[in-house]
Amino acid sequence: MCLAIPGKIISLGDDPAHSALIDVVGVRRRVDVSLVEPDGIGPGDWVLIHVGFAMSKLREQDAIDQLRMLTVLGETEAAMEEVRGYSADVDDPQPKEHSSP
Amino acid sequence: MKYIDEFREPELISKTAEEIRRLADPGRHYRMMEVCGGHTHAIYRFGLKGLLPPNIELVHGPGCPVCVLPMGRIDDGLSMAADGNVIFTAFGDMMRVPGTHGSPLEHKARGADIRIVYSPADALKLARANPGRHVMFFAIGFETTAPSTALTLMRAKAEGIRNFSVFCNHVTIIPAIRAILDSPDMRIDAFIGPGHVSTVIGCRPYEWIARHEGKPIVVSGFEPLDVLQSVVMLLRQLQRGEAKVENQYRRVVSWDGNRAALKAMAEVFTLRSYFEWRGMGFISQSALALNDAYADWDAEKRFSIPGIRVTDPKAAQCGEVLKGVLKPAQCKLFGNECTPERPVGALMVSSEGACAAYYLYEHRKNMLVAIPA
Repeated sequence: MCLAIPGKIISLGDDPAHSALIDVVGVRRRVDVSLVEPDGIGPGDWVLIHVGFAMSKLREQDAIDQLRMLTVLGETEAAMEEVRGYSADVDDPQPKEHSSP
Repeated sequence: MKYIDEFREPELISKTAEEIRRLADPGRHYRMMEVCGGHTHAIYRFGLKGLLPPNIELVHGPGCPVCVLPMGRIDDGLSMAADGNVIFTAFGDMMRVPGTHGSPLEHKARGADIRIVYSPADALKLARANPGRHVMFFAIGFETTAPSTALTLMRAKAEGIRNFSVFCNHVTIIPAIRAILDSPDMRIDAFIGPGHVSTVIGCRPYEWIARHEGKPIVVSGFEPLDVLQSVVMLLRQLQRGEAKVENQYRRVVSWDGNRAALKAMAEVFTLRSYFEWRGMGFISQSALALNDAYADWDAEKRFSIPGIRVTDPKAAQCGEVLKGVLKPAQCKLFGNECTPERPVGALMVSSEGACAAYYLYEHRKNMLVAIPA
């Protein structure tokens, strides 16, 4: 639950729920981005996700380092399980398989 | 040292460890508390203690939200699940935490409708999909998680979703640090400040620790190099006789925190006058409750909650471990009656609890050494 998972914004939604389609190691989910909107976000930006909400923006290199650390901590599985668990509506669900970062 | 090959920048790690040895005064014993459970996990996982001189002691703090929740609150939450119309939702971490009559998972096995959600927004979604049922979300977490609960409640209110409520167990980190500093059996020289809590609250709320308590604090990232660099920054301050707040985790944490998150929390929550922390007792103004504007979504107002108080098993010494007075292995139950498979205390449940982290990475290693080949 205390996991913070980096993900890359694919597209921003124009719904009132302030959601964005985000790719986390190949899994696509809708994530609430209202907490990072004031920082200015767009497709291609990386954000740190916690319990389905983007908490802060990240530089790409920092995001990759963070993903690597999740792997070494043995938390990639837990992170992916969490991300797959977000029961957001996704139009084009991606295959559930993923590769390590 | 065992894990050094896994480090991203082994030379930089070695250089930083060398710098720590150079800065540490051999005539002095340093006690540094890492407040956050994420740091505790990383410290054990990467064997960082092996890189520190023996006179630098890392003390594990209270920053694991599952671990500090008293058993009575779990019982209170589960009492709502006895209502057949209620869908009890919680994060997966909560599922194996023992209540007086078993964990949420065991209650589920006995027929209660208990479901794991990975986001409070998903609990709300469940409420939308089940208008004839009541969905209760068992909210836990520090300031990292509280804004997500707040935004979910704002959405429930905006959409007029009435079959949804939150059992709020959100706690705040600053009063816990204050309680540790006020505790007579605690002697901490410096703090490794929490990373992700600070993305929300920023660094400013720690200023009193430096100014009034004279203790250095460095907000730190979670990579091995982050933790070691934070130790260097703390040692430099201690050597100069300084006490200030520094931010090692600048790539994620800003000095002022996340204003949108703080605004959402202010909209929904009010400070409780006091709240019980497992092992630490009642701490004033240390937890959040829903404010009057959100009373209709407050599980504590919508249900009659027994308000159960349960003392921890006498033999379990969770409190002492939680405050850093005892090391996990010094507890009488550690490794025999209390293991990650059969936890007695919450510190053994979460991978961020000091006991589970110690068991997984230190105890097992020692056991392997102890068994002759």
